Parts: sequence; C-alpha cells; structure tokens
Amino acid sequence: MKKDNLNPLKSKKAEWVVTLPGFVWLALFFAIPAVIVLAFTFHGHTANGGVGDWSMSTWRELVDPDYPAIVWNTLRISFWVTLWSIVLALPCAYAIARMNSKWKNIVAGSIMLPFWTSFVVRVFAWKTMLHPDGWLQSCYITWLTVKNWMLAWIGLASHAPIDVASSTILDSEAAVVLVSVYSFIPFAIMPIYTAAEKFDFSLLEAARDLGASNFYAFRKIFIPGVKQGLISAILMVFIPAIGSYVIPQMLGGTDCVLIGNKIFMRAIQMRNIPHASALATLMAVSVLVPIGCAMWWKRRQNARDRKRLEAQTARLLVSRH
Amino acid sequence: MTNDFLVFDHVTKRFGAMTAVNDVSLTVKKGEFFSLLGPSGCGKTTLLRMLGGFERPDSGRIYLEGKDITDLPPNQRRVHTVFQNYALFPTMTIWDNIAFSLKLAKKDPEEIEERVDEILEMIQLSDQAWKYPNQLSGGQKQRVAIARALVDRPLVLLLDEPLAALDLKLRQHMLIELDTIHDQVGITFLYVTHDQGEAMSLSDRIAVINKGTIEQLDGPAKIYEAPANRFVASFIGDTNFFSGEIVSIEGDYCFIQCENFPQIQAFNDKNLKVGQKVDLSVRPEKMRVTPTPPLPEKGAGINVYPSKVNDIVYQGVYTRYWVTSSGCKIHTLRPHSRFLLDQEPITWNDDVFLWWHPDDGYMVEVKED
Ligand SMILES: Nc1ncnc2c1ncn2[C@@H]1O[C@H](COP(=O)(O)OP(=O)(O)OP(=O)(O)O)[C@@H](O)[C@H]1O
Ligand SMILES: [Mg+2]
Repeated sequence: MKKDNLNPLKSKKAEWVVTLPGFVWLALFFAIPAVIVLAFTFHGHTANGGVGDWSMSTWRELVDPDYPAIVWNTLRISFWVTLWSIVLALPCAYAIARMNSKWKNIVAGSIMLPFWTSFVVRVFAWKTMLHPDGWLQSCYITWLTVKNWMLAWIGLASHAPIDVASSTILDSEAAVVLVSVYSFIPFAIMPIYTAAEKFDFSLLEAARDLGASNFYAFRKIFIPGVKQGLISAILMVFIPAIGSYVIPQMLGGTDCVLIGNKIFMRAIQMRNIPHASALATLMAVSVLVPIGCAMWWKRRQNARDRKRLEAQTARLLVSRH
Repeated sequence: MTNDFLVFDHVTKRFGAMTAVNDVSLTVKKGEFFSLLGPSGCGKTTLLRMLGGFERPDSGRIYLEGKDITDLPPNQRRVHTVFQNYALFPTMTIWDNIAFSLKLAKKDPEEIEERVDEILEMIQLSDQAWKYPNQLSGGQKQRVAIARALVDRPLVLLLDEPLAALDLKLRQHMLIELDTIHDQVGITFLYVTHDQGEAMSLSDRIAVINKGTIEQLDGPAKIYEAPANRFVASFIGDTNFFSGEIVSIEGDYCFIQCENFPQIQAFNDKNLKVGQKVDLSVRPEKMRVTPTPPLPEKGAGINVYPSKVNDIVYQGVYTRYWVTSSGCKIHTLRPHSRFLLDQEPITWNDDVFLWWHPDDGYMVEVKED
C-alpha cells in the first residue's frame, strides 16, 4: 500500500467524494445561472416579459447615455462604502480581539444583533432618523461645511456657502453611504476579527520594542497580519454594495440611482429580462476587469520582489567569498 | 559614576494583591553579561518588561546611562528584546525583519543594506535572507531574532529565556554562539533564565531572584561556592543540608552537632561562636563514597561516616548515589574515569564510607536566635 493512501483525503476517489457536493452546488447555483444570464443578453425580449429570439438588440439598446454614469456612480459609492466600512471595522476588530474572553463574546455577539430585525425595517427606521428636522441633518450640514472648507483649503474647489434648504441628508448620496456602511459593517468586522483572533499580539510589542510608534506597528504589522481577513472583508462589503438596491431606493431619492435599481426596474417593472441581464453582465465586467488587472499587476510585483531579493542574496554570497 | 550604566532603584511591581517584583535594586555595568536567574514565576520577565517599557513599576525608578527612563514608551528606549517566542514578523522576509529598526530610525538605504548584510554574515544566514520566518529552523529563527535586536546597536539587549524552545544540542551550540556575539558587539546583555547551567556558563554576574526579591548578586563561582542562603544553595545545583549547632571550635575549624547525626567538622570562615545555629551545605560532588575508609590526612581530620547505599542512578557522565547514614538521606556523585574505574564497584545495600574534607562544606545560613 502506498503511504499516501493512509490519508483518506489524499486518495483520488475520496477527494472527489469530498469536493463533489461543493462542485455541484457551485455549478447549479452559480455557474449555470451565470451562463444563462449571459445567454439572455444575446436575446431580444417579448412584449409579455418573456425572452425572445437570438439577437444583438439588447446590447444595442444598452448604448444608453445614462449607463456609464450609473455604473460609475455605483462603483464610486461602493468604493466609499467599502472604504468607510474597513476603516471603521479595523480598529473595532482589533479592540474586540484584545478584550478578555468574557467581553469578547458579548461584543462579538452583539455585532450580529441587528440581523434579528428585518433589513427593510431597519432601513426604514433610518428614513425617520434622517428626517430634515433630526439631529443627523445638522450633523450632515456640519460635515458639508467642513468638507467644503477642507476642499477649499487644499485648493480642490473654491469655497462656496452651503445651501442649507436644499441640502437634505435624506435622498442624498451621503444617506446611501451612511446606511450602507451601517448595514454592511458586520460583514467587515467579522472576517477581520476572525483573522485578528489568530494574530499574535506580541508582534506589536516586538515592533514597539524596535522603535515603532503604536500607529506604525498597527499599520506595518497588524494590518499585514490580518491581510486575509481584510481581503474577505473588502469582498464581503464591496460585492453586496455593488448589487444593493433597497438602500438607494428608499434613501437615495432621485439623485442616487444605482445599477441595482436599474436592474430591478428593467426586470420587474419593464419586464425586460434580457436588458436586466445585460446590465448585470456589464456591472460584473466593470468590477472583474479592474480586479483582474490588479491581480496581474500584483503578481508581476511579487515576481519582481523575489528577483530583487534573490539578487540581493547573490550579492551577499559573492561579497562573502 | 561610569559603572552605573543601568540602575534599578527600589523597583516594585504589583499585579493586584500579588507582588511580582519587590523592592529590587541592582546595577549593571556597561558591556556586562548579566543574568537574572530564578524559579518560574519569580518576576524575571516582569523585571525585563519594565526595562523594555511594557510595564510601569508601581514605585521605584529605572536609570539608563544616568537618565531616568521609567516613564518612557518602549520605542524611545535604546533597549531591545529578544522574545522567548522570537516574535519575528511573519509577513516580512528575514532581511526586512532585520532592517525593521534601521528603517524606523530613517537611516539611509545604503547604510541599512550594509549593516543588515554585515549582521547576516555574523549570524551566518546570508543565504537565507529572502526567506520568510516560517521557513527557518528554530535555531535560525533564534539567530535572526538576536540579529534584529542587535542591528541598530541598542544600549542593552534583553534576552528572555531565548534558548528555552531549543533542544539540548542546539541550546549548547547557541550558548557558545551567544557568548561569541556578546564578545563581538560589546553590548550589555541582560539575560533571563531559569536554567542555572546557562546562567553559570555565560554570565559575568548573576542575580538570583526568588519571589520578587534578589537573594544574591555575585559572579557565577561565588554563587555556586558561597551561596548567600539556603534558597540560593538549593536552587543553584544540588546540595545536602545539615542543620545544627556549633558545639566546639578548634583553630580554623568548628564542630557542628546535628540532630541524629554524628558531629561534622567544617571550616569556620565566618568566625562563628559556640552555641550558634548553622545550616551546612555540602555539594554532592564534593563527597565521596568508597567501600573502604579514606587514608587519614594531615592537618584537619576528614568527616567520615559509615553508610548504606539505597539507590544508584547511572547518568552517563557520573553516577548518583543515595546513601543513608545515621538515618539521614544524603546524595553524592561519582564521575566515571579510568582512575575511578579501578575502584571496587559499589552496589545496592553495600556498606560504604561517606566522607568529605571539612573545607568542602559551606555554612550558608546563620540563624539568629
Ligand atoms: N499581566 C499580569 N497580570 C497579572 N499577573 C501577572 C502578570 N504578569 C505576570 N504576573 C504574575 O507575576 C508573577 C511573575 O511573573 P513573571 O512573568 O515575571 O515570572 P517569570 O519569573 O518570568 O517566570 P517564568 O520563568 O515562568 O517565565 C507571576 O506570579 C505571574 O503570575
Ligand atoms: Mg518569564
């Protein structure tokens, strides 16, 4: 008997048995639907909401001057949502991971507490909280003032007074970002917290010992140390943010229409499934292309780093002889 | 004073009701290899962490080069630590790990390169520079941790049981290496260990600590040969204790009467008087067991006691004998060498003679009445 066979997972057959359910699941609910969606985009639509014959008409219709702006808006807002979520989640996860185990469980548990209430109800509650007479409105005005002042200060925009009457936080992009961050932040905290649990905090002491400030140690040692969690957190927030439509629908007013709203409108209201499919494809492509580029660039960078280090080693070895 | 390089001045640290470090004062000289030796939980790490800046003493001050550093944060002290678990940064290569403190100090790239290369050479890991810490062996990680802490030439290097995680052979090898490194760099080493062998072989001076207080501060030989009290005598190496009272004095020697034991003759270096109570410590390797009594010596007599062998433990370098004499259990060693092999063998339940020279006993404690 070969030694490998001692480990049941190492044998080919067992490997198949173990991974097959996952494959089937992925194929059934992800790969096949994705292909169907892609196929729909090459069909026309019928008046009663069905999918018509093969044609390029859907893609031709997609040349709507509004769409690039909407895609751009979606990407931009998702970016801000992700950024704020991560910026807030990082110290939060760090703090929880450093608590003693009693508090840790209480706090980690309470992060999941909002999920006991329906998502739509919670978003609706925000509608009340963001009412023009509420205190969040005054916070918003303050934020706008500070932002304007800062932009003027760094010379990006000329200083203009805020039009208080027309600047309501409800039905603005800010409301969408705020409530999205609120909704998605548990998905950012959890993976970072899980990674931080495994992080060896004595490394931060080592960094301090070698002369690093607290912030430097956090940035250079803690953040790379929880990188895997950070990547999951980014994906866990960015992906739902891209597809979100309830929040912009309820809080974004007419200013903030995202691709999710458009897809919803095409699919449900106008019953044009091929068009909605094409929009979904468009959005997926506009996310995947930059990610693909980034990965390629990163790979090249790593290869370069490795070459540099190997060259350094070679230099060291040469200098020794 | 130039000698007062590093000073702990009446330093106390409590954790809740527990006093981890109790009113410790000590002075370390520049360039010295200084060890803190004591049993587990005696406060060694706490003492080191206060010097590193990770704990604040409840009272007392710490001075380095005459400057009060008690309240400085860790990154503002020119003191680096080699942690027990190495604490190498797993996301950085060996090279970047070592360069960490230099980059922080904003040294220019050429100098950083030069110094990192130099120290990699010293620890003989130049060919591993691009690897990550988890690709190294324990001994290599250890060397990287030392290099990382030494590269920007701190005033003091703190080592917290750096060899504890290594196996015996590697530990012995690293001991020699540490000694060499200390000689090369000339930096003050503050070394924490609970292994007396490590402390003895490396240190210029040793502070023996128990329950947060210093029991003795001396050179290794002094600590072994002239322990300040019962704790030090029993913690450093093995020993046999005889508690008794001085009953008579003859010249430089005195006679001690213990309960249930014949009189013992001992060198009276502390000029004790008749009637005082003492603890006499006799190291096992200074005693002999032989089947026949020893030849009488000139000058002082020898302490000779007929005994029975209870137990024999063969330990390679030597054999350990447990014998009973007048109801006292005493242990002694006999090294294996050609010369001694010629002696008659001793086995269980043999009647033997246990003997030692009066100069080899050391009176460790004078109990005041
Ligand atoms: N952060 C802390 N909180 C509470 N008690 C502590 C803390 N750190 C240390 N102690 C206690 O202080 C005492 C001294 O601890 P310390 O770590 O200094 O011992 P040590 O001499 O280094 O022991 P070892 O050889 O086992 O490492 C111990 O009894 C320990 O329980
Ligand atoms: Mg310790």
